[in-house]
Amino acid sequence: MRCRALAALAAALTAAALTSCGTGGGSDVLTVYAAASLRAPFTEIAERFEEANPGVTVEFSFAGSSDLGTQLEQGAPADVFASADTRTMDAAVASGLVAGEPIPFATNTLAIVTEPGNPENITSLDDLTGDGLSVVVCAPRVPCGAATERLEEASGVELAPVSEESSVTDVLGKVTSGQADAGLVYVTDAMGAGEKVTVVPAPEAAEIVNVYPVATLKDSRYHDRADAFVRFVTGTDGRTVLADAGFGAP
Amino acid sequence: MTATGLPRWLFVPATLGLLFVVVPLVAMLLTVDWATFPSLVTSPASLDALFLSLRTSAAATILCILLGVPLAVVLARSSFRWISVVRGFVLLPLVLPPVVGGVALLYTFGRRGLIGEHLDALGIHIAFTTTAVVLAQTFVALPFLVTSLEGALRSAGSRYEDVAATLGARPTTVFRRITLPLVLPGLVSGSVLAFARALGEFGATLTFAGSLQGVTRTLPLEIYLQRETDPDAAVALSLVLILVAVVIVVAVYSRRKDRPL
Repeated sequence: MRCRALAALAAALTAAALTSCGTGGGSDVLTVYAAASLRAPFTEIAERFEEANPGVTVEFSFAGSSDLGTQLEQGAPADVFASADTRTMDAAVASGLVAGEPIPFATNTLAIVTEPGNPENITSLDDLTGDGLSVVVCAPRVPCGAATERLEEASGVELAPVSEESSVTDVLGKVTSGQADAGLVYVTDAMGAGEKVTVVPAPEAAEIVNVYPVATLKDSRYHDRADAFVRFVTGTDGRTVLADAGFGAP
Repeated sequence: MTATGLPRWLFVPATLGLLFVVVPLVAMLLTVDWATFPSLVTSPASLDALFLSLRTSAAATILCILLGVPLAVVLARSSFRWISVVRGFVLLPLVLPPVVGGVALLYTFGRRGLIGEHLDALGIHIAFTTTAVVLAQTFVALPFLVTSLEGALRSAGSRYEDVAATLGARPTTVFRRITLPLVLPGLVSGSVLAFARALGEFGATLTFAGSLQGVTRTLPLEIYLQRETDPDAAVALSLVLILVAVVIVVAVYSRRKDRPL
């Protein structure tokens, strides 16, 4: 008796789970794959876009750019792709996933973050090489780490990080939790962390610019709507929201 | 020994279950680029990660045995009231997402953590060291050792222990001469499970220990990072990890069939 009830429950749950997976890609839905660092501004841009286009719902998948690139290559159904670096977008173009030309819509630069109040009194990139200071950066193989490496080359400062994390979020987490004294993250992540960190601008970092491209995907079933979203992101509305989040103009 | 009286239809879902585990592994095997495989898995970063993983997993297993054996014996043999609550807590890391485990460890052994704060004052720094990796692995692996050992202890029963006690053996002697030898196979398989779990540990390490080649970047972390730029290398390394795990698990479990435990 009890067993049968359990089996029925299991069957019902499975059915519910399977059907709810299948709702994506409905006729009034636009699926956007966007880099994790775009979560806050893109969520707001989508709200404005939905207001301007009644009946359309924007659905997001936010993740690391290269994760999204891999998923798209494996046939994930999406209409728009916005990546945090040109490398991932170039790979998507090379794989024939993109319709037309990707459009650069934002830029991001690196900044130093320290614990609130900057207790170690860090004022420059040079200060990060100080003895006994634990500094965390991104691994060279991820976009923010590649930018860090270029920054080191450009400034001549050689860092000895205690950890090379696989995402900006992990770097930020190590600083906000007090594990590390300082870290190098994107300006937008630093701004997003609010009072949990103190931001120390590094003048050298202004030279190292990461470009964010956005593109409509070839496999999109709603090219018009996807193009409209891309125009919205690159237009005045998108620009305003992105600038508020700390992104630079392309 | 054949499985007499087993309903035939049972083999259909059983086969499906097996395929569900095996097919993804086969799919990965098929994507391995064998021409570049040797150079991918012998790169300094890969070898550093492999040896770090083996070292830390071994250390974590030893810690698990030191802490887990007494815990399993207490859970299996003592009869105080709140024992099932205690068991629930011990098993908690099994159901916690590893990232949550990492966050919990951070607030315990981190620089501002409950215990870490005092250790830091004493000049002991755990953050970003290999010790942090071992702690993360021990946290997630301990329940595996405790549950399999507790199961072994329960099925072995306490008859021999009772007899030894009535013959005048002291509790420590009973524990050393009767209990431990009796459940040795259970202890071995529990340790192997713990080792395998430690080897695969990712989330807690990433959150708690950081990631630096040769210090904290274990094989799973290296795979995660390789995937960013070189999916082929990630697949090759995954295969190494699977091979190590398969060799260990099969080596221990294949010997178990002729034992009653």
